[in-house]
Amino acid sequence: MATTGAASTSRRAGISAAAPPPRVARVAANGGKTFNRIAVVVLSVFAVLWLVPSLWAIKTSFTANSVSALGTQAILEDINPTLASYSTLLGGGDLWNWYLASFITSTLSAVLVVLFASMAAFALSRMRFRGRQVVFLLVIAGIMVPADVLIIPIFQMLNSVGLLNTYWAVIFPQVSSVIALFVFKQFFDGLPNELEEAARLDGAGSWRIYWSVIMPLSRPVLAAMAIVTFVGVWNNLILPLFVLSNPDLMTIPVGLATVQGSYGQRFSDIQASTVLGALPLVILFVIFQRRIVEGVAGTGLKG
Amino acid sequence: MSAQTLGAPTVTRTVARGTDSDRLRRSGKAWLFIAPFGLFYLAFLLGPSLYMFVASFFDTSIVKTGLGNFIGLENYTTLLSSSDFWASMWHTLQFTLYTVPPLVVLSFVFAVLANRMQRGQVFWRMAFFTPFILPSAAISLIWVFIFTADTGLWATVQKWFGSDAPTPVLATPSLAMVGIAVATVWWTIGFNFILYLAGLQDIPRELYEAAAIDGATPWQQIRHLTIPLLSRTTTLVLLLQIIASLKIFDQVYLMTNGGPGTSTETALVFITKTGFTDYRIGAAAAASFLLFVVIVVIALVRQIVERAQQKGA
Repeated sequence: MATTGAASTSRRAGISAAAPPPRVARVAANGGKTFNRIAVVVLSVFAVLWLVPSLWAIKTSFTANSVSALGTQAILEDINPTLASYSTLLGGGDLWNWYLASFITSTLSAVLVVLFASMAAFALSRMRFRGRQVVFLLVIAGIMVPADVLIIPIFQMLNSVGLLNTYWAVIFPQVSSVIALFVFKQFFDGLPNELEEAARLDGAGSWRIYWSVIMPLSRPVLAAMAIVTFVGVWNNLILPLFVLSNPDLMTIPVGLATVQGSYGQRFSDIQASTVLGALPLVILFVIFQRRIVEGVAGTGLKG
Repeated sequence: MSAQTLGAPTVTRTVARGTDSDRLRRSGKAWLFIAPFGLFYLAFLLGPSLYMFVASFFDTSIVKTGLGNFIGLENYTTLLSSSDFWASMWHTLQFTLYTVPPLVVLSFVFAVLANRMQRGQVFWRMAFFTPFILPSAAISLIWVFIFTADTGLWATVQKWFGSDAPTPVLATPSLAMVGIAVATVWWTIGFNFILYLAGLQDIPRELYEAAAIDGATPWQQIRHLTIPLLSRTTTLVLLLQIIASLKIFDQVYLMTNGGPGTSTETALVFITKTGFTDYRIGAAAAASFLLFVVIVVIALVRQIVERAQQKGA
């Protein structure tokens, strides 16, 4: 089937998660040492360049608004870090509302995606039924559909059923993650039959096999898909931007999008909100580094 | 539930061996497993795709209910003769041209270099990959701040290097897209970096050892071993990258909202403006459909190329 692409990536991604073992270094004797030295320098320069924007945002967030308004020079010279911006933001209700909205929508989406996609994948992988090929073709077709481009009809639909300005408007359109279904199917295809057969002999039905045999065996891929979905929904801007207009329901990206306009020249507050908006994901990343890298690379999801 | 399972004489997955009615019942059960996902698929993927296609032939508007009047190909002819539409397509292409080469080349270089390092793998991964998991809204706020005219970090650096009056990047029509591209490269390079690192680990170490014994310099090893052996990853990275660039919305919306003028208005920004600001759903649907077709064609190319490469491997 025309499915080999994602499959091969996910297999490769499985390896990527482990820290790459030191390779060539010792072997390449001729010019190897010089080359490695140059490599370290080049890579370090780029790494520093890559860290500057984040560090700059953090530094600004710890500066007083009155100082940061004066510009770069003033921020660099400022040596009195202050938590003023953070206490302002955390003291207000907006940020907590954004956190709540992002947390609810991301968690529910992740749960529904993992549950529904794995169920469908179970049927596709482990059951034979009429129409299977058609379903499978639809799945493959779905992988190619650029969901962002569907924003207008999705808006129209949510509008006609009265779901605009509810969390469901953010959750529902993201539940049909064809890529998750596909990753699950690939994984299930690779599971041995023996356990399932044993369960059937013991009189277990399909539901039981799915829930008590297949799902427990699939924990790593379940976790990867749950985290990738969570991150994806958490970071999605375009959907919540158009389906949520009530400020109390805004997710973090939409909330951050309004910051520039409403905070004006309070650069420190703006950067503190950037840091706070990104913080949950950075924490998540530090904890689940391997799974996130694995999952993101494996599904080929790109923002 | 278990009754019908027991009824089947053979307990394997091959249901075909069961009786006809047994098979039907089982068929029904498979559909039950598919139903929850299937409903969402129909409602939010297939349905909207079809609706988009249908609406593109009507003068559908957000202010009236229903599809409106059938107008045939008028939306398409209007679009194809509208300079705004072509400008948005050009800006999309421009963004793609600005971002794809650095995102492919730099990520390759970073990955090859990082893969040679014996220590600090986690550090490189953190440095290059962390921006990728940040919300686009956060990266936009950071970069708008860096590009702030006169007092921003970039303007100040330029002044250090002797420029008296640095041009405000995001407020200059010819530079705004470059600014958005820089932010995007910074934001998303980690994704390609990870894909390349994964690819590098599939290359057997012995190949390098053999090459080194034969006297190949590191540069020759990269040229004659690494680059050819990573060609599949490169195809993947390239095509994923093009598709992602064609869908560019977030950074533009947040950093310039299509401005100054319409100099950074990309296809998806044009579509949302036509739909949500001008209320011309039909026209927006037609534009969506055209973009949709372009992206699906590239996705198909990806499938075909990958299948060919898989066979070749």
